[in-house]
Amino acid sequence: MDFPVFAVLAAMLTIATPLVWAALGAVINERAGIMNLGIEGTMYAGAFCGFFAAATSGSAWFGLGAAVVAGVVAGALMALLTVTLGVNQHVAGIGITLLLVAACDFANRLLFSSGSQTITAKFDRLFAGGGIFSQYPLTYVAFLVLAPALWWVLRSSGFGLRLRAVGENPEAADAAGIPVARTRYAALILGGAMMAIGGSFLTLSLLGTFTIDIVSGRGWICIALVIFGRWKVWPVVGGALLFAVTDALQLQLAITSLFSGVPNELMIAFPYLVVIAALAIWGRGVRYPGSYLKPYRRA
Amino acid sequence: MRIMLRARESRWLAPAAVLVAVVITLLLTAGPIRLAGANPVAAYQRYLVTPLTTVNGLSEVLLASTPLIFTGLAVAIAFRVGYFNIGAEGQYLAGAVAATIPGLYLPSLPAVLALPLAIGAGLVGGAVWAFIPAWLKRHARIDEVVTTLLLNPVALLLVQGLLNGPWRNSESGFPDSDAYGAGYTLPAIAEGGRAHWGLIIALLLVAITWIVMSFTPLGLKLRAAGQAPAAAKFSGIPVARLQWRCALISGGIAGIGGASQVLGVQHQLTAGISNGYGYTGIVVATLGALTAGGVLLVALLLGTIAVGAQNASIALQLPTQMGAIVSSTLLLAVVSLVALRRYRVVFRRRRGTPEHDGQATATDAQATVGDR
Repeated sequence: MDFPVFAVLAAMLTIATPLVWAALGAVINERAGIMNLGIEGTMYAGAFCGFFAAATSGSAWFGLGAAVVAGVVAGALMALLTVTLGVNQHVAGIGITLLLVAACDFANRLLFSSGSQTITAKFDRLFAGGGIFSQYPLTYVAFLVLAPALWWVLRSSGFGLRLRAVGENPEAADAAGIPVARTRYAALILGGAMMAIGGSFLTLSLLGTFTIDIVSGRGWICIALVIFGRWKVWPVVGGALLFAVTDALQLQLAITSLFSGVPNELMIAFPYLVVIAALAIWGRGVRYPGSYLKPYRRA
Repeated sequence: MRIMLRARESRWLAPAAVLVAVVITLLLTAGPIRLAGANPVAAYQRYLVTPLTTVNGLSEVLLASTPLIFTGLAVAIAFRVGYFNIGAEGQYLAGAVAATIPGLYLPSLPAVLALPLAIGAGLVGGAVWAFIPAWLKRHARIDEVVTTLLLNPVALLLVQGLLNGPWRNSESGFPDSDAYGAGYTLPAIAEGGRAHWGLIIALLLVAITWIVMSFTPLGLKLRAAGQAPAAAKFSGIPVARLQWRCALISGGIAGIGGASQVLGVQHQLTAGISNGYGYTGIVVATLGALTAGGVLLVALLLGTIAVGAQNASIALQLPTQMGAIVSSTLLLAVVSLVALRRYRVVFRRRRGTPEHDGQATATDAQATVGDR
């Protein structure tokens, strides 16, 4: 059988792109001590707001900007709830996801109810026909700019140090004069923007339109990838590539004769099961950030 | 001006916080309702009042509340003991699938045997779906939030796979299962209404949970394990084992919810069986303060809003998603204000006043919803 290795690898990079953006956003959140289950809704809002802005303005760049704004707002809301008010993080996150998904579906019904799908301005692939290098701009940015930059920021910059300090030991950070609440706000807003950019990739790069349930659990995948990658940038990127390559493989294998008898749904479920299995094998006894899930109060 | 922890909470503060949250929710959601071209007051009347004014409306409210009682109770039991089961959605679907097996393959059983069998199957199905995350939590200490979440889309894919494959409708060819045997029908509670005996099962589970949680040593241990796991462990309570059992019970109850829905309403398995009931269960459990009685009340409230949303979409052309917007805004407003009530605003610091008094920590530890 002539197996299309390069097609699978090219698809892997494309599929991994929204996951890398959103999962690295989640890394920033969780390194600061906050698990943001609003990620699914934030990606959804990024996808919808990006689509809406691009459809009305005719510019994909404008759409991207709108997605960033949506992500900033979602991140700030999460920060208000969990940092300022100290609400349980699971409940706040799920609440934000439910609210954003319902609000986007509501707006979608109001704005685009007239039957036919609206196609919007979208980003084109760079180097068309260039095989594996023919990717969307956000893919290049994710792997060549975002991941190295975030790795450096978390490891070596003052901001990264403060971020990790408030996530590991907020009492000590506070004593050392680091503004705990402000740093966590910054982390949630920055992470929210990245999640929304990841969501907007689905509408503004891949599809050029918006459909109900377009994110379909990718946010939850990202939360798993962060634990799988132990809150480190490159292992998380690796996890995203692992998920993406299984997804790309199932797309390829589903159309080969060998797997014609296997139900399509099982193939689609396969990457989820791989992530759970990977967690079960490599996720044992991971060390969570010190103040994970704990609101900070000055005593 | 500074914000400080309250030393002592007065009794009226919690109800007042909820009331303010309701007012805030109504104000916030008035905007989108206006955008949709409807009158907010008329919409709220549709959401909260109209469903309760007719017998048929009441019956529909009970019908809409039934799955929410199951999933809300499932989530509340797990959260109470400190196990964050976000997978009620998947467990509910697994329960519906499991109840379908006898419904399709043993169609001629009489109702006396068929209903216990199918509901038992739902219980087992939900518990099986909850088993993997609970096992991973207990034996490999893998965060249950992630694994329960990931299994939700897998459960939906299982349902879709079965409906597109072996269980495809033999007459229409649509991806819905065949109708179950005649014995597999939960009877209606009252003639003419659609509310069914699944509600009675749900109420029974609410009563059992309330009694166990409030009046038994086991309930005390469960609450201790959830509120202060370290202290509970120290006093000899097997926290991990309790979490493990509650995780399975939680999954089982969500599974019965799925079974009740297919046996009481659909009489066949369809892909749209859930409508996000598992996720809404988290809203129900949280707003119900993780207590059995609270779950019941909130499920009835959200059931009313759901029926009202259907109603308003026809009468006022207001998209049904508005119902979900109202209930999730209510969730966020209530948890925010319940958290806020533990603080007070101090305008002027008097000399010699300590920054905060010793009692505050004690009040702080008496966990509120927002603090758990």
